[in-house]
Amino acid sequence: MEAHVAEADAHSHPTAGLYVKIALVLFLVTFLEVAAYELSHRGGNAEAVMGPILIPVLLVLSAVKFALVAMFYMHLKQDSKLFTGLFVFPLIIAAVIAVSLMVLMSYHLHYNAGLV
Amino acid sequence: MSDHSHALEHHTATGLDSRKVAIWTFIGSECMFFASLIGTYLVYHGKSLSGPTAGETLEIPLVTGGTAVLLFSSFFVVMALNGAQRGNRRSLLFWLSATVLAGLSFVGMQIYEFSHFVHEGLTIKTNLFGATFYTLTGFHGTHVSIGVLWLATLLILAFRGKITPEKAINLEIAALYWHFVDVVWVVIFPVVYLMKDWKP
Repeated sequence: MEAHVAEADAHSHPTAGLYVKIALVLFLVTFLEVAAYELSHRGGNAEAVMGPILIPVLLVLSAVKFALVAMFYMHLKQDSKLFTGLFVFPLIIAAVIAVSLMVLMSYHLHYNAGLV
Repeated sequence: MSDHSHALEHHTATGLDSRKVAIWTFIGSECMFFASLIGTYLVYHGKSLSGPTAGETLEIPLVTGGTAVLLFSSFFVVMALNGAQRGNRRSLLFWLSATVLAGLSFVGMQIYEFSHFVHEGLTIKTNLFGATFYTLTGFHGTHVSIGVLWLATLLILAFRGKITPEKAINLEIAALYWHFVDVVWVVIFPVVYLMKDWKP
């Protein structure tokens, strides 16, 4: 039975060709991240354009890479939705904790500096 | 033990393999662990009273190379899993060896980076940046090292012919852990390195 399960898993997982395509996209997105960073530090027009949007651009590109690895390499797209729940639910809690911590500490530090 | 009882040993009432449920639950808990470290790093970013700061210390080219190596190692391990599930021993051995080498390269890069920073005067006790940077990247590096040991163990088993298609689940579980270590770095790389000059 376990052999059948392994065989079924092998058939439901993406093909090697798709894995190669995802690897190329991941490499391209990493290149774009570094390019965005370099543009924002180059000076002149490039810095004027990229500087203010660097952080949102990096966050979006990072989220794209994260989603691609989770969906295709970790097989969340094909596997049971229970696994997606086990991963995404703590991830949401984690993100809320991190953002709350930043907001709380930002307020605290401004309060101590007499700015609030 | 019969095949039937062996199968019952690993499958839950949901029909899912209990080992996969376990590793996903563990990964979920790890998400919160790393979120607390990343959150702490961001809270204290730019709050150091003395140098060296992130902007003065961190170097992008070396770490970009390390990031690419770690991303490719995720590709290598899915190719190894693909080989294992199809009973292609040659493919399994080649890609799993590549994964272990890539993991070792990343750990080597991090050891070089840490020793360079210590030489430059940044230790875990120097300032807030040093404390939060070494804690975050050090814990990640420890996870990578554990992953390398795990995959190297599986590589030895694969050389002995013990990773058959029926046992490919053992590699799949290790691969899930490895991909998680990779996605954590996908977040750390832009947050710590590319946003090093960010002023909160």
